[in-house]
Amino acid sequence: MVIKEKVAGPSRIWDVSRVIVPLCAGCQHGVATTLIGLVIEELGIEGRAIAVHGAGCNSLPMSGFDIDRIIGPHGRGPDLATGLKRVHPDAIVFTIQGDGDLLAIGADALMGALARGEKLTIIMYNNSNYSSTGGQMAPTTLMGQVTPTCPTGRGPDAGYPVHGAEMLAGFKTVVYSARGAVNTPANYQATKRYLKTAFQKQIDNIGLSYVEIISACPVQWHMTPLQSLKWVEKIIAEYPLGEFKNVDRIE
Amino acid sequence: MAERVFTYGNEMVGWGAVNAGCIYFFGYPITPQNEVTAWFARELPKRGGVFVQSQSELGSINLVQGAAAAGARVMTSTSSPGWSLMQEGISFLALGELPTVIHVAQRGGPGTGTMRHAQMDYLSATRGGGHGGYKTIVLAPASAQEIHDLVQLAFYLADKYRNPVVVLSDGILGQMREPVKVEPLSFPPLPEKDWAIAGKAKHKDGKFREGLGGRGMVYPAEYIGALEGLDKKYRQMQDAEVRYEEYQVEDAELLLVAFGYVARVCQEVVNIARSEGLKIGLIRPITLWPFPYEVIKEKAANGARFLVVEDNLGQMIDDVRLGVEGRAETHFLGIFARHLTSDLGIIFPDRVLEETKRLLEKGR
Repeated sequence: MVIKEKVAGPSRIWDVSRVIVPLCAGCQHGVATTLIGLVIEELGIEGRAIAVHGAGCNSLPMSGFDIDRIIGPHGRGPDLATGLKRVHPDAIVFTIQGDGDLLAIGADALMGALARGEKLTIIMYNNSNYSSTGGQMAPTTLMGQVTPTCPTGRGPDAGYPVHGAEMLAGFKTVVYSARGAVNTPANYQATKRYLKTAFQKQIDNIGLSYVEIISACPVQWHMTPLQSLKWVEKIIAEYPLGEFKNVDRIE
Repeated sequence: MAERVFTYGNEMVGWGAVNAGCIYFFGYPITPQNEVTAWFARELPKRGGVFVQSQSELGSINLVQGAAAAGARVMTSTSSPGWSLMQEGISFLALGELPTVIHVAQRGGPGTGTMRHAQMDYLSATRGGGHGGYKTIVLAPASAQEIHDLVQLAFYLADKYRNPVVVLSDGILGQMREPVKVEPLSFPPLPEKDWAIAGKAKHKDGKFREGLGGRGMVYPAEYIGALEGLDKKYRQMQDAEVRYEEYQVEDAELLLVAFGYVARVCQEVVNIARSEGLKIGLIRPITLWPFPYEVIKEKAANGARFLVVEDNLGQMIDDVRLGVEGRAETHFLGIFARHLTSDLGIIFPDRVLEETKRLLEKGR
């Protein structure tokens, strides 16, 4: 008999009903954060898990967690996480950051954590724009995508999409790197596995682990939630899903 | 147990920190404070502590933020350009009410400026250099001994008020060797850091802890309440934490006001002047914020005149004028009084004495 895993369900670690500033209709940050909550629950690490949020929409789910958590300056999540982890090496410290938070303004903190090989888990929500400030261009914005800061569509003069999961996989200190999505039940389950593996790497104290989750942003994409699911497929075409690195020790 | 050592002012940052129970230090190389980071890198592992060389001063202050949130006594050290980079983080430490100590060996600015001494970060330190109008206590040592002692006091005050504290030193104090009595100082007891983020299982009540930095963005309704709390705390600091030293002020007609290495110079000026029968004294603010306005006000009301001496273009003089409130003449001697026009120049006692005599002569 095949017992199917629950496709979507509430997590007592993260519950949307506790979130103070509500998420927009169709925003997938809630689904992604539910997954984090479920994985923490399944791994039994809620007593030692610490969430570090960056600035932007990625910080809004913070109030829904029933674990220790902190919000830091825009982009500095890996720095705060490092300070916390160095003082409490037995804690499981993870960041939740947006694409701009991690790959643009947070490049300094990210590079520091990567170079030193901090034993952290970095989780990035990729919605291809700066959602909380009005949908401006992010490092992940697709070519041709129209935003308030690339009003005629992103062209080469504004650079090309930055692929976080592939880039991080190239670092010796990174032991796990994956990209998932939550637009279909299959992707949802795969992403849950990625998150679980990433946390396990930290539990095993091996190295830095990274999971990128593609998240829909209907409001800033000026779409209905249903239309935005179609757009997610375009994002996936640019940012392939899967595991880019999975090793058991730093070689 | 006290130990006598003869070493650099910069090394006293390390001795002061470990004597205050700080075993976490995160820093980035910058002159003229490199002896500080080297000391911690060498000494902390021996003491079961953690030294991390950060990727930048943005990194230093935010690693500090994480460790402070974790409940540890933690500090960083930098010089002026790095101090600029830390301002964002200090603003977040202020809203997050996270205690930490930041040591700054000031150098010449603006920009890259020079790698040598100056006192050009007074205003950014005392006015809350980052965004949002926060305040931090700023302690200004004038000797290696005082660096050692004030770093310990800084940790106590940081924990007492749950606020960052700045120890504002300079390139000369840091590079000068002096004998120091090294020992842990005693301070009143502090409450347990029950708020520290450590993982839910570590809290006695089994409930989660969270940083206070979400008051506003994540918890909009808590914003004004957070500001009221900070305001109250800043007033308490102003009422309780003003520190200064008076030297030969009783009958002084002219009062020098100086901090840091320049205060050492001015003390020598007072000694020479007194031996010549001139009635001059020195007021040395030890807390640059909160500033000792009251003593300035009192001396101004009693007829003293003032000469502010600082190794910059004029910064602390703003505070002296606020204390004087127009009651007395307030003169300034700054960086152009150095004995050389290169970055090697120092404000020496003879130049300050000359200015003192000129002002006394003029006043008669």
